[in-house]
Amino acid sequence: MAGNIWVLAEASRGQFSEITFELLALGREVAGQAGAPLEAVLLGSNARELAQKLGAADTVLYADNAALADPVPESAAAALAQLIKEKQPAAVLVPLTNISVDVGVVLAAQLGVPFLNYCKDLKAEGGNFTATCVLYGGKMEAAVSVSAKPAIIGVLPSARQADAGRSDKAATVTDVAVTLPEQKLKFKKYLEPAAGDVDITKQNILISVGRGIQTKDNIELAQELADVMGGAVSGSRPVIDQGWLPLTRQVGKSGMNVKPKLYLALGISGAPEHQEGMRGAQLIVAVNTDAKAPIFNIAHYGAAIDLLEFAPAMKEAVAKRKGA
Amino acid sequence: MKHIAFQDIPVEPLRQTFVNIPPWAQIVTYVGGAAAMGVFCYGLWRHVQRWRAGKPETVDWNWAERIKALLLYAVAQARVVSDAYAGAMHLAIFWGMAVLAAATGIATVDWDVTYLLMDFQFLKGNFYLIYEAAADLFGLALIGGLAMAFYRRYVTKPKKLETPYPPTFGFDSAYLLLILLGVAVTGFVAEAARLAAQKLPWSAWSFGGHVLAQAVWGMSPEGLVKLHHVFWTAHAVLALAFIALIPWSKAFHIFSSSVSIFLRKLTPPGALAAGEGVADAAGLTWRQRVQVDGCTWCGRCQEACPANASGQPLSPKNLILKLAGAVASSNGSTPKLHGDIIKANELWACTTCMVCEQVCPVFIEQPRAVVDLRRHLVGQGEVDKGPQDALTKLQRYGNSLGQSDRMRAKWTQGLAFKIKDARKEPVDYVWFVGDYASYDARVQDTTKRTANVFQKAGLDFGLLYEAERNSGNDARRLGEEGLFEMLRDKNMQAFEKVQWKNGSRIVVTTDPHTLNTLKNEYTWDGDKPAVVHYSEVLEQLLGSGKLPVARRLAGCVTFHDPCYLGRYNNIYDAPRNVLKALGVELVEMPRNRERSHCCGAGGGRIWMEDTEKLAERPAESRVREAAALGVTTLVVACPKDLVMFQDALKTAGLEGKLVIKDIADLVEEATRPA
Amino acid sequence: MDILVLMKVVPDVVEELEVGPDGKSLDTSFLRTILNERDDHALEQALLLKDKHGGKITLLTLDAADIDDVLFTALAKGADRAVKIGGVESAQSTQTVVKIFGDVIAKTPGLLPADLILTGVSAIDDLDGLMAAPIAQQLGWPYTGVVTGVTMADKTATVIKEFAGGVRGEYDVPTPAVLGIQAAEKPPRYVPVAKVRAAMKSATIETVDAPAVEAAAGVEVQQMAKPQVGGHAEMIEGSPEEVAEKLCELLAQRGLI
Repeated sequence: MAGNIWVLAEASRGQFSEITFELLALGREVAGQAGAPLEAVLLGSNARELAQKLGAADTVLYADNAALADPVPESAAAALAQLIKEKQPAAVLVPLTNISVDVGVVLAAQLGVPFLNYCKDLKAEGGNFTATCVLYGGKMEAAVSVSAKPAIIGVLPSARQADAGRSDKAATVTDVAVTLPEQKLKFKKYLEPAAGDVDITKQNILISVGRGIQTKDNIELAQELADVMGGAVSGSRPVIDQGWLPLTRQVGKSGMNVKPKLYLALGISGAPEHQEGMRGAQLIVAVNTDAKAPIFNIAHYGAAIDLLEFAPAMKEAVAKRKGA
Repeated sequence: MKHIAFQDIPVEPLRQTFVNIPPWAQIVTYVGGAAAMGVFCYGLWRHVQRWRAGKPETVDWNWAERIKALLLYAVAQARVVSDAYAGAMHLAIFWGMAVLAAATGIATVDWDVTYLLMDFQFLKGNFYLIYEAAADLFGLALIGGLAMAFYRRYVTKPKKLETPYPPTFGFDSAYLLLILLGVAVTGFVAEAARLAAQKLPWSAWSFGGHVLAQAVWGMSPEGLVKLHHVFWTAHAVLALAFIALIPWSKAFHIFSSSVSIFLRKLTPPGALAAGEGVADAAGLTWRQRVQVDGCTWCGRCQEACPANASGQPLSPKNLILKLAGAVASSNGSTPKLHGDIIKANELWACTTCMVCEQVCPVFIEQPRAVVDLRRHLVGQGEVDKGPQDALTKLQRYGNSLGQSDRMRAKWTQGLAFKIKDARKEPVDYVWFVGDYASYDARVQDTTKRTANVFQKAGLDFGLLYEAERNSGNDARRLGEEGLFEMLRDKNMQAFEKVQWKNGSRIVVTTDPHTLNTLKNEYTWDGDKPAVVHYSEVLEQLLGSGKLPVARRLAGCVTFHDPCYLGRYNNIYDAPRNVLKALGVELVEMPRNRERSHCCGAGGGRIWMEDTEKLAERPAESRVREAAALGVTTLVVACPKDLVMFQDALKTAGLEGKLVIKDIADLVEEATRPA
Repeated sequence: MDILVLMKVVPDVVEELEVGPDGKSLDTSFLRTILNERDDHALEQALLLKDKHGGKITLLTLDAADIDDVLFTALAKGADRAVKIGGVESAQSTQTVVKIFGDVIAKTPGLLPADLILTGVSAIDDLDGLMAAPIAQQLGWPYTGVVTGVTMADKTATVIKEFAGGVRGEYDVPTPAVLGIQAAEKPPRYVPVAKVRAAMKSATIETVDAPAVEAAAGVEVQQMAKPQVGGHAEMIEGSPEEVAEKLCELLAQRGLI
């Protein structure tokens, strides 16, 4: 196979997201199968030191341009397009996150190639790529062969373990130059959610509530349980959309990605977007009256009972154990 | 015109109309009377004008039934007396005023007709004495009734009498009681003055005035003349003022309530008519305008309302009075109702249980008003998320649970036999199962047991399988007429495919909501099938011996009358007969039969989230009522009741104290082969 | 302002999905379709903009089974014109659909000029691409995706884009522009059945013929199957109190309480 395997690194405000390392882990496997080098692409402005963290790749291509400081996908896509024209990689793995997806689709549009979506696994075989893609909200999986050149592949979070993509090895950084056209649209500012008192990404124990909580008042039950267990309350998107919990407590694709020691999911069905945000938790326990809820597929333990009965009972049991 | 002085004492008992009243004053009285009548007629005409400004509505002119209603409910006040104290109080005031008004009428005939034109009075002798006694008796009754009313309103102060939205004026209630009391008291004092002045031998027949007269028996003749003048004038002024002002006070209910009772609904209680949403007072029909005008502010509807009791912002009384106020203030321009006057959360709080309509002494149809107003909100798309989701699912999948229509009969898997497909094989009964009984895991076991019971009894029944859709009853009650029509049409299409055997045509439903709309609101071309509830079928099967009882069940149970089975369709005895046949002892809850307390699921509320902090949900109130009886089991005959009460047991902390069972569960238990 | 909304229907996952006989596509015997949820939000966003600024909303879709219901519902909600592209097989790869739409938008009179083209940012069947960016590329218009808020002023759309962790970004996008909508500012509105039925009687859906386009290449499905459910939670039985007890034991063993 001609061409390298590229991974688009995703850094936001000076921090790499976990998925960057997950993609490096996947990319390393694919590069091995293809017999080609693995290269990480980092686009930014004054961000060269970040490139050091990408040692899992054989080379890091770093493009520095003032226009790449702001999250404007068109700029990143234009930069990538130039680099691709120069270097002709075989595949570019793009993180399927809100931040990077637009880079991927605009890039594919500019190059006139397809953008492979919802990929959860990838193999290189015989000059082509075979991807496993998730369709219809997770109801079907398709084995897809990709012959486009280059193959622009959008990879879902949790395709691999992030740790497998981290390395202490010093990265070999190559500076590449890109000239970017004036972009029509302008990034103005970040809108932070109202300062939350709690950073749920730093909690060891999360009591997370979904639609099953039914009313805003019932969240008190979860809070009491969280208090007695020494944790915090988080929620799935429907609960935040209703305004019952602030944005800072949202777990999922558009919310936080959490990896607590214990994730107690109460009344959460486990839609793919939510699973993205919590499947890395060490211990997942789910309580949902629907025994068929998808959350039970990724939970370690579960109970098909009513959370409104479980929460107070659990609070009693924990309090007894701790206090007595 | 004569001036009769007190000294002109008659030889025998004789009515001396206008005694001690100078002729000029008599003329003034007649003029005043005419003026009062004129003002009254003008006011009456304005009410009628406002009624007639309403939209058209056809009425079934069943004179016999309507006159019967008038006699039973307006004259005999059969619904008013269900509250003993208020009933006694109101009858005393009503009959007091009626008899005294009649007495004045008789006196007028006696004086201005027979005496004037035929020189002859009939109010004389014993007849006159009895007339006097009767008038005094009813005058005292009037005062007694008014005293009871004052006590009730100003000492006991029941919440239902609070009227934050009076359509006339704020102190109307006080005004009415005071002016009537004034009329009664001034009448007695004037009579006392006359009796003291004349000291007639038959004075004691007017026993009320006679006793009062003792207080002034020794007053000088001039003093008594003056006393009589003052109180007679006051009496005349108050009485004529009262009459003139009737149309501007809630006293008008004498007329409007009577017309409302006369125009009572004679179609089945559960049937709603199709129609547009009501955005303002112009949208009300003439009959609805009569009804809201007839409201007496009694508050019984509010007191009985389960939404109100649980802390929801709905009061049927306030809703009707707001409509009455809007109608009253609509002279050309109609004030917008929604948003300012009537809030959406008031309307969505209604469960359509119909207890308000049931207890209303003047037959106002409050649920109809709620649905009409909801229709407007739905028309504007102003529907909260919960009901919006339910409506969207109903539209797409034909059920509110959002499950595939193909899975509707999945509950039949696991039965030992295959239920006939009524579209393909001839059947006697079509069993219209309904959404919750088909799809909800908590109810499916009961549905299976019902199937087993039907099968064991040899009932020839079939299902519509996936052609069955939600009946549309609750969509209609939410205000989505278009969706109701769509569901109805789809179901009717399914029924057209049914092969009825031997012309039997019976549809049996699990859910009383389904029963209601299939029976009362679907228009069946050709032969309408008999639509029955499964409790009726069970009653028949047990009664005829087709379903033998293998073991009589022991224990005490209580039964919850579903709103749509009882109040909506008058079916109270069938489930009770079933329980009797099974051997259990039935203990009635205080609120039973027509006064059954709704579980809170109707009117689409089962799809709504509780946004208000509630004092006590209707279902919780009901299970507490059942638990207080000391019975083991609360028996239900509706899938929504089953679900609501099971949840309520948990939130009320009564698990272990009470068990909820469907009547079919008990029948299956009792008829299972040994 | 003039807004063009691109919509499509996708399989309704309320039904059990099955693999068809060819092993690489869905079994269509009991397949039902539903409007792509993101497109429903795109329509709602368009309606919100129309409520505020007036103007016209035109809908553009491929012809498909039950698409008329979708279009009449959108017209009843307040859209002004509905155009469906006929003569195409409905299950198309997204790339092919993009080419068809691009061609139709350019050639059908009255669709352009528009101030905005709104469409859902993604759909559950978008395997070989997402719609909005390539359409923007064809027209030479700016594009932003994952949009959750749009405010119009003069010739600029101020757009809120969702990132992660509750953080959002604000952009100024000069119009005309293509926006991929994640969520409208308000949930999609309800329209009563009576209004939809009225729309069915009074409104008409225009049909235009699909252009001949090259089939898309580069991505091919080899096989489709239901996902292997990797694992399943160990279920704890019993009453809530019993479950709580057992769970406490479990957590205590792991030093979590």
